[in-house]
Amino acid sequence: MEPLGTFEIIGRVLYQFTPVWVALVIMFAASIAYKRKLGLYGKLYDSPIGMIGFGLVMFWVFTGIFGAMDLIITHDPLAQVSGMKNKVPGTPLKRPEEGEYLWYLLGGDNLARDVFSRMVKGAWVVVQIAPLATVFAFMVGITLGLPAGYFGGRRDTLLSFLANLILAFPVILLFYLLVTPEIVATGVPSFMATVLFIFPIIFVGVLLNSRYHTQPKFRTPLLIGVLGVMLWLYLSLISTNGYLVNNKDFSIPALPKILDLFDIPGGILVVFVSVVFVNSPTVFRIVRGLTMDIKTRDYVAAAQTRGEGSWYIMLWEILPNARGPLIVDFCLRIGYTTILLGTLGFFGLGLPPESPDWGSTINEGRKLLSIYLHPALPPALALLSLVLGLNLLADGLREESLKD
Amino acid sequence: MGLFILRRSGVMILTAICLTFIVFFLTNLYPNLEKLAKTQGNFRMSDEAVTSWLTKEGYLQPLYVKYGEWLGVLPGWTLESEEGFTGRCITGIVTAEEAAEAPTRCGILQGDWGYSTVFREDVSGIIGKRLGLTGKLMFWVLMLMVPSALLIGIMAGMREGSKTDRTLSTVSIITTATPEYVSGVIFIAIFASSTVGLKWFKGTATSAMENATFENFFLPVLTISLYGMGYIARMTRASMTEVMTAQYIRTARLKGVKFSDIVIKHALRNALIAPFTVILLQVPWLLNGVVIVETLFNYKGFGWTLVQAASNNDIELLLAVSVVSVVVVLVTQLISDIGYVYLNPRIRIS
Repeated sequence: MEPLGTFEIIGRVLYQFTPVWVALVIMFAASIAYKRKLGLYGKLYDSPIGMIGFGLVMFWVFTGIFGAMDLIITHDPLAQVSGMKNKVPGTPLKRPEEGEYLWYLLGGDNLARDVFSRMVKGAWVVVQIAPLATVFAFMVGITLGLPAGYFGGRRDTLLSFLANLILAFPVILLFYLLVTPEIVATGVPSFMATVLFIFPIIFVGVLLNSRYHTQPKFRTPLLIGVLGVMLWLYLSLISTNGYLVNNKDFSIPALPKILDLFDIPGGILVVFVSVVFVNSPTVFRIVRGLTMDIKTRDYVAAAQTRGEGSWYIMLWEILPNARGPLIVDFCLRIGYTTILLGTLGFFGLGLPPESPDWGSTINEGRKLLSIYLHPALPPALALLSLVLGLNLLADGLREESLKD
Repeated sequence: MGLFILRRSGVMILTAICLTFIVFFLTNLYPNLEKLAKTQGNFRMSDEAVTSWLTKEGYLQPLYVKYGEWLGVLPGWTLESEEGFTGRCITGIVTAEEAAEAPTRCGILQGDWGYSTVFREDVSGIIGKRLGLTGKLMFWVLMLMVPSALLIGIMAGMREGSKTDRTLSTVSIITTATPEYVSGVIFIAIFASSTVGLKWFKGTATSAMENATFENFFLPVLTISLYGMGYIARMTRASMTEVMTAQYIRTARLKGVKFSDIVIKHALRNALIAPFTVILLQVPWLLNGVVIVETLFNYKGFGWTLVQAASNNDIELLLAVSVVSVVVVLVTQLISDIGYVYLNPRIRIS
């Protein structure tokens, strides 16, 4: 079997991405056809920069999803094939088995695994964690930032002090302190998860209650239903094998195993918690600043005169009017979270060493960087293009939201 | 103004105390101490051996007592055994008379930063040496980053919407989207790789610690600068475009002043107030980049020390590292606040 030439490699890589191209074309065609009916999202298609950014982002989102369904990858990202160690892109397999893909399209890494498949699988790690972690960080930041900005006073001073305290920590030091096996054994991350993950429940509870508290007949069943489901998810999330913390010194029981819907692998949970923890103070500061600005507007004064409750004003008058900057920051923050995840991988923290996420792959590839380039470059470029896409998307959204 | 600085310094000290206590708490959790004992003694220690080692080294005292000793407000521990006296403020095993002569308190208030268990050296010596090396790196980073970022921002903001503006804005977005571990890898691949690269620069900066040359020092400096550069450039551009639409600039143009004179003499001074604060606030961010780049290029400075201390649970070194970084963060914030007031006459006079 001959090694593949450069053009053949590019062609075959592009061909492997077929499901992604199809999905992208469908999405773009549908969105452009109905763009006048789609609000801010539709307006995105008026700005070339925003469209490019959105395209890049969706490319990696689809790659992550289809990669997780084993559509794009050519080999098992964890399988080691003998004779493929550090082989250059386009090298054919020595003894291909029946039905196996015949080449390592982007070469093999130092453990003879397929670089291309690992890069595709790495997208799934990011697509899973980054947006969700950012959502949680926003929930925490909004739930604390709104009252801090609206009421001011001691509460604000205390919360701002805490936020600045976390921000004064060098991120990497914080990661090293939180994401080591020893700390995980003490249960500190589990306690942090317990605290941080309760914020979405508080947020939704207050949001619905403040809106519908005048119609108790509708509100009570709604709240019981929504909060019940969220509480169940919350308890499933924080408990593993029926315990919140379970080590040799002490254990705290949580949801019984039968009711536990899903288990998050320990490493992922810790990574998730620390990323949320690092991001939420910045969101808090942004929300606080926006609230302080918006609360001086006339419509807030009107609502106050009408006798609306403070939480109603915060969540249904101030928050919707702060959405523009928040959406833009949300995009930027997903990018930043992606960078943070890469940093964690780069220092070998949290995620298991064989994990195909981009940071870990770059870290492994850099050790032999001066001789073999191909294991480190694809994940590096992948990360770069995803974050670039998010930044361009944020730029496009900012431009479009400023127009009206 | 004096009151403002005083209050900020108070907050700063409070923050530093809280932060070091958090670090202290996390590093003194029992599993961490167990790891420390095993790395210092041997890896097959029994649980009893671990406990006795930790007792002997004074790690099993209550947390607050240990923290007080580290700060230097409580007297350091001493322990009497058959061989003689050991203690926090005593080096080695000494007799009772020598132990009586040793100072009772030795914490950071007395200027004693403790002893690093990884490097087997005094923490203050390590921190001083490593900070010097990182200072050199940071100096060149700032020398490269600030002028080029300002230049890019001014060129882009000078004529909003022009081709130059579009190109330079794209460049700055790309640089903000490239974390150091990505750009570093790409630069090494392009400029330093021995197989296909251009071989202009060296892929490691270890030799730059003694003798920094353009060849071995440029890549790490460039890698750190790029990530911060885009952000400063965008801020400069935003403030420059704002200034360029101001009334007095239009007046100057109508009077027929040369465009270059308008930019340099009229616009620049007002446009540079906002980037000034941004540049200072970037310094703490650079610290992150420093950790990554020093690991990537194997330059044994402050960031490298942080990684070594953190991965080996070297408690006193880690505490010193966090004190230094917190002070850097808070001092830059303070300077940027003061500088902003000082530079902006509208705030200064009111």
